[in-house]
Amino acid sequence: MGEFLLVTIQVDMHDRLAMSLQDDLTAQIVRHTARGVLIDISALEMVDSFIGRMLSNIANMARLLDAETVVVGMRPSVAITLVELGMPMRGIRTALDVEKGMTALKIALQGDPSTDAGSVVPID
Amino acid sequence: MQVQSSQSISVRTSEDVVAVRQLVRKGSLLLGFTIVDQTKIVTASSELARNLLIYGGGGVAIVEIVQNGGRSGLRLTFEDQGPGIPDIELALRDGYSSGTGMGLGLGGAKRLSHDFEIDSAPGKGTRVSIVRWKAL
Ligand SMILES: Nc1ncnc2c1ncn2[C@@H]1O[C@H](COP(=O)(O)OP(=O)(O)O)[C@@H](O)[C@H]1O
Ligand SMILES: [Mg+2]
Repeated sequence: MGEFLLVTIQVDMHDRLAMSLQDDLTAQIVRHTARGVLIDISALEMVDSFIGRMLSNIANMARLLDAETVVVGMRPSVAITLVELGMPMRGIRTALDVEKGMTALKIALQGDPSTDAGSVVPID
Repeated sequence: MQVQSSQSISVRTSEDVVAVRQLVRKGSLLLGFTIVDQTKIVTASSELARNLLIYGGGGVAIVEIVQNGGRSGLRLTFEDQGPGIPDIELALRDGYSSGTGMGLGLGGAKRLSHDFEIDSAPGKGTRVSIVRWKAL
């Protein structure tokens, strides 16, 4: 109960792959009754409007399933480019690395007795 | 403008869009672009290659290293024989999409490049060309 899911995006994803990640992750949140999702994008050299929307969609769907999402490890060059692209990543929590992301999740879920922030389930 | 090298990729699938990004990254590395410049031009290329695929019904992406008055840059051209864009001003507007997109591809690609040209007419297809120059 109340696990955190850790997703590490390791490849430059084509659009269909990004869509299936979105669907898989939603299913995993339900399966694990996860309360938190960490998405590590430190390997991503770019985030365009499609990937940006996928991250927003995941955060929105997670919220509907009572889970918080933190996107971790966004490269500074990616953040700069997203702003110029005009991509509103509003409503998305970010953290510099996985450890800080965990802390952010714990703070977001503080005082919630159903949360067992000790266990992290990595997802491929 | 002088073309130093030119490579093209046919874009038919979403995997081809990834191949365009990789080719553009290679070109920007060759030119010695900064990380931020690389990321900007690669992101713009991804938006325009996706448009080529989704709206243009596929087409060709051309990646060129160009020189002009001692400046070097990367020129990217995306050409299709698709339906064309009836209202270019509208298509460039942030948030406008005739499909299910965010409507940031054209406007974003324009902001992420230094030169931006679009040539399109209904039934004639679309050609978008952008250049990002290397910082001196
Ligand atoms: N190559 C193209 N052929 C035909 N129409 C296009 C092409 N590229 C863009 N468009 C039109 O311009 C609109 C805006 O494009 P864009 O800013 O990339 O937003 P999005 O891709 O999210 O719709 C598209 O919705 C489409 O109507
Ligand atoms: Mg687009």
